[in-house]
Amino acid sequence: MELSLFPRDFVAELDRLHRQVQRAFEISPSIRGFARGGFPALNVASTPQSVEIYAFAPGLEPKSIDVQLERGVLSIAGERKPAVPEEPERATVHVNERFAGHFHRVVTLSDDLDPNEVRAAYREGVLHVSIKRLQSALPRRVNVS
Amino acid sequence: MNEQPALLPPVDVVEDESGITLYADLPGVPKDKLSVQADGETLIIDGEMALEMPKDLEATHVEVSLPRYRRVFSLSKELDPNKLSAELKHGVLKLRIQKAERVKPRRIEVTG
Repeated sequence: MELSLFPRDFVAELDRLHRQVQRAFEISPSIRGFARGGFPALNVASTPQSVEIYAFAPGLEPKSIDVQLERGVLSIAGERKPAVPEEPERATVHVNERFAGHFHRVVTLSDDLDPNEVRAAYREGVLHVSIKRLQSALPRRVNVS
Repeated sequence: MNEQPALLPPVDVVEDESGITLYADLPGVPKDKLSVQADGETLIIDGEMALEMPKDLEATHVEVSLPRYRRVFSLSKELDPNKLSAELKHGVLKLRIQKAERVKPRRIEVTG
């Protein structure tokens, strides 16, 4: 049990508890560390025909994003420049919460995907990767004669 | 007041002589779903995502669980809420708030 430095800070306590609960319920902790909280945040969803990945990666140049799919493993990498003030010596940074630097996130996907049917689009800071399932993997209706 | 649950977007705040620049990460929010309000002493940033989603979508892993961002700041007196400019690019809001003329630091000449 971790102890909070300021045990009476109710919000911090709640936050810590929330993290613990989240870790406890993490279904498959990845070898690359805890999946949550990284940049970019990822949502993965599927349809009967495809897998849809949404990476919340604002402030990037679309051309600079490196998206690769290899054997059912999708990797998204790039770099986000820090918000540098125009005259750093005359400016004060009051809050600095946004991610800056190199990032690389990897998602393991199912193995019924078609590597030739991948579409990636970057809109409003969200990278949407859509990968179609292999035709051979789609459920097929069998006629009964 | 809009009290729907919302995500807290991360921000950077930089101050220089003439004003404050705020950057907020609002991925997925288009211009027409973003509202920036500065009334008196409060600045409210409110944005709703509009993601393109195919039919029959079933989530398998979710890190961004709400479609809305909201963050409220209190402005200090020397900032002029009428001198505010906002720019949204690639999901990043850049907000510039000028300081009121009268409070800009003025260099005072020393004669003698």
